[in-house]
Amino acid sequence: MSTSTASARLSEWMPRIVLAPSFVLAFLFIYGLMAWNGYLSLSASRLLPNYEFVGLEQYETLWESERWWVALKNLAIFGGLFLFFGMAIGLLLAILLDQKIRAEGVLRTIYLYPMALSFIVTGTAWKWILNPGLGLEKVMHEWGWTSFGFDWLVNPERAIYTIVIAGVWQSSGFVMALFLAGLRGIDDSILKAAQIDGASLPRIYWRIIIPSLRPVFFSTLMVLSHLAIKSFDLVMALTAGGPGYATDMPATFMYTMAFSRGQIGLGAASATIMLATVAAIVVPYLYSELRSRS
Amino acid sequence: MSAAAVHPGRFDWHRLALWSVLLLFAAFFLLPMYVMLTTSLKDMEQIRAGNLLSLPTAPGFAAWDKAWHHACTGIDCGGLKPFFMNSVLMVIPAVLISTLLGAINGYVLAKWRFKGSELMFALMLFGVFMPMQVVLLPMSQVLGWIGIASSIWGLVLVHIIAGLPSTTLFFRNYYVGLPDELVKAAMLDGAGFWRIFWRIILPLSTPITVVTLIWQFTNIWNDFLYGIVFSGAGSKPVTVGLNNLANTTSSVKEYNVDMAAALIAGLPTLVVYIVAGKYFVRGLTAGAVKG
Repeated sequence: MSTSTASARLSEWMPRIVLAPSFVLAFLFIYGLMAWNGYLSLSASRLLPNYEFVGLEQYETLWESERWWVALKNLAIFGGLFLFFGMAIGLLLAILLDQKIRAEGVLRTIYLYPMALSFIVTGTAWKWILNPGLGLEKVMHEWGWTSFGFDWLVNPERAIYTIVIAGVWQSSGFVMALFLAGLRGIDDSILKAAQIDGASLPRIYWRIIIPSLRPVFFSTLMVLSHLAIKSFDLVMALTAGGPGYATDMPATFMYTMAFSRGQIGLGAASATIMLATVAAIVVPYLYSELRSRS
Repeated sequence: MSAAAVHPGRFDWHRLALWSVLLLFAAFFLLPMYVMLTTSLKDMEQIRAGNLLSLPTAPGFAAWDKAWHHACTGIDCGGLKPFFMNSVLMVIPAVLISTLLGAINGYVLAKWRFKGSELMFALMLFGVFMPMQVVLLPMSQVLGWIGIASSIWGLVLVHIIAGLPSTTLFFRNYYVGLPDELVKAAMLDGAGFWRIFWRIILPLSTPITVVTLIWQFTNIWNDFLYGIVFSGAGSKPVTVGLNNLANTTSSVKEYNVDMAAALIAGLPTLVVYIVAGKYFVRGLTAGAVKG
């Protein structure tokens, strides 16, 4: 009798026992290291971790750093344009593909393949295409447009826009896939009714279809904006933050400070700011997603 | 959803405009791939003589051979091959283990809920989105303490843990859709936790397993951040190798070798995408829209 209760108890606890190791690991990884990083950002660490507490000193240095402001400004430019063009192109392609296109499968595959590639791979390709002199510029010159000049990649004022081009190119197919899934989920009968009422196609899209895609808009915006904040690979491959630090973004700033400039405390502080920004966007979203489900 | 009215047999300006836009975008998306391929088949002579869009006049694989065997990254001239092999050694255990753990976690969270399990899931979900910059500094210290810093095993461990939130999410959401009666009926028959998992749940999991394997493979193969921070001289993955190769400043920049190297680094995920794109897209949308 006692063995059967013991085994019953074991099977009752089995789910928890099974879950425990990976949850402990994941929690230590996510929240433990997060707290540790938070502490580093309050310490005097430079080349090596140093746990002498200095309060908000690193944050003061961070907000006084011109380079950090450049990184924030770049994030604002890149983020804004990346979100706008990514969403616009993605939505446009989804609507066009939804018009009973015979080759839809092939086109979809073409639009989406960049998402399967590393930003390092595509960044290397874009760096060659945008190469001043041998790249696009030479094509235009040979086609007869001899005054065409394109030096954005090495122009400190313009280099950030090359990252926008490559970023939008890489991600708009993904936005297209999300919107297309949303469009396919719309109830046909509403549209039929609107067509019978004589509403024109653009009007149906503007008034009925696009508004009903609101949840897809939200989740897509959220995914794209957290991608924008985390952008690292693309910048490293395309400009490595240069010329100078003209295209630095928070993620490359953090990497440079923490791993090549020997400013661990400062790097940790910038990582904490990134975390706070992502959390401000993601936590309300996750909260509403989980609440609406239960 | 049917929106466009199709009139067969009549020339339709709307359709023409529609197709023009679609094909224009197709060209835009294919351009970098075209440039990478054609450039990689040229030699430097043809690159200087032609332009980005011109086809190679005498195509050859010399640049591919150089990228694989002899291209220089910094002072080391062993090509991309050792980096590629590091990525292979890293990706296989990391993908398999994170997927298996995700399946077990998802099974518990969907079919064996207990008090607090939903909250644990919610706390874990944040790990899908958090900027990994916050774990880089402490994690490099942890890897040093357990003695696997700068090794492939260190990278494998980081990828397993960092992948757990997504794999758990994928399996949990899939298992929620399986009827509870399956588990209840099996329990009445006397089957326990593990028997139900191996005999009933796992055989029904093929689609989500494929989605998760592809998702993890693509992410881990393409990772650059962990690769550059946690790897050492002998354990750099292919993305880091490619980046070093493309940014090595030599007297003559060999764009054909760079493009061949980029294609080599991108080939595994590209092949997976072409063969199993449907599953890849499902992973993408599942990661964004939680159900």
